[in-house]
Parts: sequence; structure tokens; C-alpha cells
Amino acid sequence: MSDPATKGMSMIQALNSALDVMLARDSTVVALGEDVGYFGGVFRVTEGLQRKYGTHRVLDTPIAEGGIIGAAIGMAVNGLRPVAEIQFADYIYPAYDQIVSELARLRYRSGGAYTAPVTIRTPCGGGIRGGQTHSQSPEGVFAHVSGLQTVMPSNPYDAKGLLIAAIESDDPVIFFEPKRLYNGPFDGDPQQPATSWADHPLAEVPEGYYSVPIGQAAIRKAGEALTVVTYGTMVHVCLAAAAHTGIDAEIIDLRSMVPLDMDTIATSVEKTGRCLIAHEATRFAGFGAELSASIQERCFWSLEAPIVRVAGWDTPYPHAFEWEYFPGKVRVARALQELAQTVS
Amino acid sequence: MTPQLYVPTVPARPGDTPDFSYVQVSAAGEIARPSPAATVAETASLAETLIRVLDESGQACGPWNPGLDPDQLRKGLELMLRTRIFDDSMQRRQRQGKITFYMRSYGEEAVSVAAAMALLADDMLFPSYRNQGLFLTRGVSLVDLMCQLLSNTRDMCKGRQLPVMYHSGERKIFSISGNLATQFPQAVGWAMAAAIKGELNVAAAWMGEGSAAEADFHHALLFAKVYRAPVILNVVNNQWAISTFQGYAGGEQRSFAARGPGVGVAGLRVDGNDFLAVYAATAWAAERARAGHGATLIEWVTYRAGAHSTSDDPTRYRPREEFSQWPLGDPVDRLKRHLCALGHWDEKAHQELIHSLEEEVAGAWRDAIAYGSLSEGVRLDPHLMFTDVYKDIPPHLQAQSAALAKELREISAETGVRSP
Ligand SMILES: Cc1ncc(C[n+]2csc(CCOP(=O)(O)OP(=O)(O)O)c2C)c(N)n1
Repeated sequence: MSDPATKGMSMIQALNSALDVMLARDSTVVALGEDVGYFGGVFRVTEGLQRKYGTHRVLDTPIAEGGIIGAAIGMAVNGLRPVAEIQFADYIYPAYDQIVSELARLRYRSGGAYTAPVTIRTPCGGGIRGGQTHSQSPEGVFAHVSGLQTVMPSNPYDAKGLLIAAIESDDPVIFFEPKRLYNGPFDGDPQQPATSWADHPLAEVPEGYYSVPIGQAAIRKAGEALTVVTYGTMVHVCLAAAAHTGIDAEIIDLRSMVPLDMDTIATSVEKTGRCLIAHEATRFAGFGAELSASIQERCFWSLEAPIVRVAGWDTPYPHAFEWEYFPGKVRVARALQELAQTVS
Repeated sequence: MTPQLYVPTVPARPGDTPDFSYVQVSAAGEIARPSPAATVAETASLAETLIRVLDESGQACGPWNPGLDPDQLRKGLELMLRTRIFDDSMQRRQRQGKITFYMRSYGEEAVSVAAAMALLADDMLFPSYRNQGLFLTRGVSLVDLMCQLLSNTRDMCKGRQLPVMYHSGERKIFSISGNLATQFPQAVGWAMAAAIKGELNVAAAWMGEGSAAEADFHHALLFAKVYRAPVILNVVNNQWAISTFQGYAGGEQRSFAARGPGVGVAGLRVDGNDFLAVYAATAWAAERARAGHGATLIEWVTYRAGAHSTSDDPTRYRPREEFSQWPLGDPVDRLKRHLCALGHWDEKAHQELIHSLEEEVAGAWRDAIAYGSLSEGVRLDPHLMFTDVYKDIPPHLQAQSAALAKELREISAETGVRSP
């Protein structure tokens, strides 16, 4: 690419760039978390930032997630814009009380007198043989909490733009980073060699400041036969499954779960009359249940077939059976075929 | 002057000369040994000094010398070496792609082996992921551990856990959690139950010093103090929590052991690379707990000589040669020197032992791999994924299990391969 203002970036580099841009632009932005400072994070997202901005802007913390989020809230109340990293989404639960009872409701309970613009970044999802404690997708338990915005990008461009939007937002954001996508897109087939972001159009990322608005979905592929509503790693799996089956699916990448871009979803479902929802998280009471209910309420008279959900099974994420658990290309493809053939 | 945010100092980073001047070391034999029935106040100084038995020349000194006989000493040496050789071998298997992940306990083997030897078989152990020596000392077989690492058809965890997340129901070792520190209050609760039931068994739990930042550490200490629970809370201060220096867990100019008396629990700071000191301090705390005098928090001062895990590269955050400068040496070398000084061991015996342990580990691997691995040979039935979520499989999981069966049939019909 000849445009000097953009650069090919992996999702890790794009996230790093977002933090770099915001630390430079806004002196109230601080980044904190376990191994985040000197080391640059176990996934290298904060690499080089402490060297550049100093130990008062990029902080290594004790291993205490509740402490990290509690302190981030206090910093935010006192005028900073903290970006806290929770090393794995699986380790966010010690902070759950601070997030749910405090961060989410501070504005509400104080009648707007106090607010805490905290961004919580956390790697989520499976596909890296991480077993039950390095693979979870807990977006549903945060989307369920009023007062939180919940975001999950599927590519480097959105990762950077959404992270900047999250940091600038005056409301808290839980920012999920699908770790299987850090270094390249993943179509759900573990037998294929890993691909990198090189040459992917959405890995061509502006080097400077820009943002992607929270609450806007993106149509990754236009289509007429049916609508796929998904996010994160599953965007790539669904694109691959649609290509594999030849079904003319319209694939919507939500990017944000809360607020939810129902207009984009409804416009598509009203056009196609069929809808498949896909996520990696467990199915029962997962975010797909909310999507299904909302789509049914809004689009019932346009639907030509029952809404279909493809998700992880309702078990913990098993180490040995990762690929039997993961809702891969095969599971999505067969659901697409069934949905396309259902006659009303 | 305005207040400045203080940030803990890290003595040495890559390229720097290792600097362990911050480690307060007492001479071997120097520290008094109070009665295990002593009050917390009477033990307070033990949280600041360093209990040591073995001196530089390999002599056992002072009141903490547990007086072990040569057979026990040789057994300790053998168990530490078995742990180390097992670790090295499994790390190589991970590099060869045979297992997905591994964590060694290199340099801190005494902390697990001597403690397990000092406790009774019915005492309940709540390990972290770096306590493989507990399993080997309690007699869990190498083959059983390896089958867990391989997630194969004989895996005790039925394929559900990341490698090293062992347990042993039979040998009373609790299931290891990936979530740090959770085992600490659980061990206290186990000990409270023992006291409620009037039983004499104690509980012991281990965590790294980095994990002592978690709220669960503090919950454990407080419950232990309030109910005088018969529990031993072990903080393994190996200086590093991945890239994070122990100062970030609060270890700067303040021992972890000192949190014990701070809350009202006895605290001991002990040389974790001194097999005899580990044995003696554990025995002291166990006697104290069993006699109803309550819990002990023990800080084991040691050094994580290897990488955090096979996913980690420590040369990015600490000097490569730190371990060679570590003031408390290597636990295997120190016990070996002691045994040699006593005339119960020599270099030839040592090399023979290493050789036979290597053979034993290699033989166990051959046995274990016969039960399959994730990449080759027989595999566990994927439907095991749906069992043990609950005692009985509820209808929605039965339906999902059936859906998976259909999916797998279709895949094998299409590709001739068993699973996606
Ligand atoms: C609740 C929780 N937070 C974070 C992690 C990620 N993590 C795994 S090991 C580790 C470092 C632990 O260090 P320490 O407790 O000192 O033990 P060591 O590894 O040195 O034995 C971290 C941060 C985790 N497993 N669980």
C-alpha cells in the first residue's frame, strides 16, 4: 500500500497503536495490569509503552484483579482515564463485584455526580489449547449488566478504532480481544496452517488517531439468502462456512454487543427472512439468546424459518476436546444449509 | 514537596548485574526454635529472620535441625531429583509437540518434597501448579502424571484440564486450579471442617508470592486466625511472578511471613532451598496445628530457576545469570553436599541415581504414551465432555451430546477423519 498514513498491523500491533495514540494525545490516560509495564503484557499488547510513557502512565500491578479494577475506578473518579488489562477473561471474576456493583452503577447511583470512564481490556475465546481457564468467552455475563458497554472486535482496524472510542467514552467499556485473532484471522479449521494478518484488507490500519463508533455493526459480506449475526473469531468462521457452502449469506459483525445495533440486524433479517446467530460462548442464556429474542420481537413477520443458534456446548471449555467443542466451520456450515433449506 | 507515586524498584533487569542484596539472610543455626505451642507474639521475630539449618559446608546446624536419618535424607534427595528429571523431560516433550504446555518447579523442589515428607499421609494438600514434588512424594505414579499431561485415555482429568492441573483423591491432594489463590481459603475451610469433626488431620496450601496479592490470600489468613484453623499456609517466594518482581506483591522491605503476625497467625520466614529447614518448619507448623494452637503462614524464600512456563521467555525481563548468583543456592546440591559430608553419599552414587531416574522417567513415558496423546494413537471419547458437568447429564446436555455425535459422524463420512 502506498498510503503513508496506514500500515499493515496485526491485532496486537493495532491495539498497541491505539494505546500509544491515546497515551500521547491525552495525559489523563493510564494503562495498568499484570505484567503490562516492563514486559509489555503476556500477549505483548503494551510492549514498549512503559519505556515511552514512564512508570506513572503504564503500571505493573499486583496480581489482584479486584484491586486493579477498584483502583482503576478510583483513578477514574479522580480524573484519569485508566485502561486496565485483565490478563485472561477467565481471570476477571475476582473483579466482578467491582465491575458489576460499582463500575457499572456509579453514574446511576450518584445521580450523575460520579462517573468512572474505565476501559477493561481482556483476551477471550479459545482455539489456542488453553483449556478451561484460558479459553472462556464471558461477554454474556457483562452484556447482562446495565451500565456497561460490551465490545469485541474481529480485526485490527476495528480493534484500534474501537479501543480509542472505548478510552474516549465517558461510560465504562468491557473490551474483549479474541486472542485467537491476535496474530491472524482464523476460519475455524485447526488442520490448516495458521494465517497471518498480512494482506488482509482490515489489517491496513491508519497509524494515527481515528475511532470506530461503539454500537455500530458492520456488514462483512452482503447477501440475500439469510443473515448471520456474529462477532469476534466467529466472524471469520462464518465467512469461511458461507464460502464453503456457497450460500449467499449476509454476515453481520456486531463489534459491540451493548449498545446493540438492532437497525442493521433488523434491516438484514427483514430482507433475508432467515437468521443464524453464532458465538463461541456457551449457548444457554448466552448473548445469542438476547439476540434471538430481540430479532424475533422486531422481525417476527418477516421470518420464514425459526432463528438458529450455533454456540459452544454448555460445558466448561475442555482441553482435549477443543475442536469438538469449538463451533467450527463444519457446525456452522451444516446449520447454514439446514436454515437455507427450511421451508415455512 | 508534592507526593510522588512510588513504584517498586526491581534490582536487576536484562543486561544488569544480578543483585540480591535485598534478600535478608540469617546464618544457619542462628535462629531460635520456640515451642510449637508458643503465642503468636512469641514467634513474631521468626517472620523477619530466615530459618536455616544447612550451612555453606553442608553441616546441619542449630535448633531447627530435624535430625533425619540417612535413609530419609537419601529419600529426600531422590524425590527432588526425580521431580527435576521429570520436569526436564516433560519440558522437552512439550518442545517436541507431544504435550501442549508445561511448568517446571526447577530450583524449588525442596519446598514440596520436604513438606510432603514432614506431613502425615492423611493431611490434605492444596497445591498450586508448581508443586509436582507433592504428588511424587505422596507416591502418585509418573505414568499417572504423564497421562494427565497427555490428555490421553488414562488422564485422571478426563481430558478437561490443561497439563499440570493434577489432583489425587486417593493421596489427598486437591484439584489444581488455573485461577490463582483460590485454594487458600478452601484449605482453611477443610481445616475448619477437620476441627468441627474433631479429627487430627491438618490442611496445607501453597501459592506463589505473586498470588499473595489476591483477596483470597487475605480471606484465608483471616479465617485461619478467627477460627484458629489447623492449616499451614505456604507462600513460595520464588522472587518472580511471570515478569513481575516480588516487590509488586508487597515484598519490598517487608516479608510475606510478616503478614501472619499482622493478622494474628504465626509467621515463619524460611530458607526454601534448605531441605532440612523446610522439613523442620513444616513439622513445627503441623505440630502446632495438630495441638490446637492454630495456623502458620510460612514464606519459603527460593528462586524460580526456570521459565514461568513453556509459554514464557524470562530473558526478556531478568538477567540470564541470576540463578547462579542466588544466595541460597540449589536445593539438590545443598542436600547432596550434606549427605556427602556425613559420608552417606558420593558422586558415583549420585550419578548412578540420576541415570536410573532418567531410565525410570523414560520408561514411564513409554508406558504413558501407549495410552495415546492429543496428536497420535487412541483418544478419549469426546462425549466425556458432557459428563461431570453435573452428577447426571441434564436433558439439554444430552441433546448437545447427540448433536455432537451426528456432527462427528458427518465429518468422518466426508473426510475419513474422526474429528474436525
Ligand atoms: C486469578 C488469576 N489471575 C491471573 C492469572 C495469570 N497468571 C498465571 S500464573 C501468574 C503468576 C503467578 O505468580 P506466583 O503466584 O508468584 O507463582 P509462580 O508462578 O512464581 O510460582 C499469573 C499472573 C491467573 N492464573 N489467575
